[in-house]
Amino acid sequence: MPVVEVSGVSHTFGEASARRTVLQDVDVRFDEQRVGIIGANGSGKSTFARLLNGLIVPTEGSVTVDGLTTARHGREIRRRVGFCFTDPDAQIVMPTVGEDVSFSLRSTDLTKEQIRIRVDDILGRFGLEGLVDHPSHLLSGGQKQLLALAAVLVTEPALVIMDEPTTLLDLRNAQMIGDVVAGLDTQVVLVTHHLDLLDRFDRVLVFDEARLVCDAPPGQAIDFYRRLMS
Amino acid sequence: MNDLGLYLPGTSWVHRLPAGVKLAALVLLGVASILIDGVVTVTAGVALMLVLYGIAGFTPRLAWRQVKPLRWILLFIVAFQWWARGWQSAVDVVGVIVLLVLAAALVTLTTRTSALVDVIIAVLRPLRPLRVQPERVGLLIALGIRAVPIAAGFSNEVRDAQRARGLGASPRAYAAPLIVKSLRHADSVGEALVARGLD
Ligand SMILES: Nc1ncnc2c1ncn2[C@@H]1O[C@H](COP(=O)(O)OP(=O)(O)O)[C@@H](O)[C@H]1O
Ligand SMILES: [Mg+2]
Repeated sequence: MPVVEVSGVSHTFGEASARRTVLQDVDVRFDEQRVGIIGANGSGKSTFARLLNGLIVPTEGSVTVDGLTTARHGREIRRRVGFCFTDPDAQIVMPTVGEDVSFSLRSTDLTKEQIRIRVDDILGRFGLEGLVDHPSHLLSGGQKQLLALAAVLVTEPALVIMDEPTTLLDLRNAQMIGDVVAGLDTQVVLVTHHLDLLDRFDRVLVFDEARLVCDAPPGQAIDFYRRLMS
Repeated sequence: MNDLGLYLPGTSWVHRLPAGVKLAALVLLGVASILIDGVVTVTAGVALMLVLYGIAGFTPRLAWRQVKPLRWILLFIVAFQWWARGWQSAVDVVGVIVLLVLAAALVTLTTRTSALVDVIIAVLRPLRPLRVQPERVGLLIALGIRAVPIAAGFSNEVRDAQRARGLGASPRAYAAPLIVKSLRHADSVGEALVARGLD
């Protein structure tokens, strides 16, 4: 599993009077297979998640993945660290299911035939078989999120970060995505409000008002969070 | 919703024709349209196009839906041409526009976007020395096609929200949230593209 190290990180958005600190003095290091992130809206979870693959470079401190700093090696890191967003419509860039998954493989040196096999294989694993030529905008919400996830996983990343992938879904689809996530062999960092998805996680980080306020096994961390919110 | 000229899979020979051939035919038709006139020729052209829709397994209704968004403009052109130059001219002009719209829609309805994009990339490749990036142009086109149903969805959401609040059809109350939504979406798509290895 990749080793992620966040050292002395603070992050601010905006300038002068509009300046806003969204992360303050965060230090954490993890290499567990399942890491959960919880916290109130606006506590800094998405910003933290985006730091891990260099989508955001911290204004202070550093983030490294397997020793590579995101500030300098963002592109290399993103090749090994996949990101799954809350809204699959923003992430699906091609008009059909198969084209979108293939898009992830466009700059590999696989042949068209090899790409087709990889695409068919991953769609099968995600219960999207037979939908290769299906227009992506006609998929259900749950299917869209599955497609977004399939398009990330087809590149075989070592770590996948997911920012509230179930927030827009109904309970059944959320559960389904949860099951898929539980079955992945890769390292996963999951930001979520669906606390039951974290049951068997190795470690859960709780954010509150820009700070990392708790770092513990799921049971303890969730109790802490519940008390914090009450 | 699938009435926006987006790919509908099928196995007809129109579907199987190489994307390059279909695009070339479309360009040729566009050039030739300058020469097409006469009520009989134009009507025959549109009829032939409808036959091609049939061969591709599409209904006349689907064909109509490709033209429908233009109906008011077309009506205006008919009225103007009729008044200025007579009914034959009205049929000529509108017939050619309908023919071209139907033809373009038939190409996108029967061809995968990735196949169209591949052709465009190949055609643009000689322009590389002029700093044109064919892959980027191709991606832009694919993103544009993908954006059509999303923008349509936003438009519906905004209209419903307006109705729910009992607001009438105010262009401003419609445009402002639509623009905000679209810009926010564009931002997210940009971020997602970087996350997916494009930078
Ligand atoms: N690009 C940005 N520019 C300015 N402020 C931002 C930006 N992104 C997030 N914020 C602000 O930072 C704070 C933390 O946001 P975020 O990390 O998205 O929190 P969470 O995901 O926990 O809801 C929020 O107050 C949000 O408004
Ligand atoms: Mg968030």
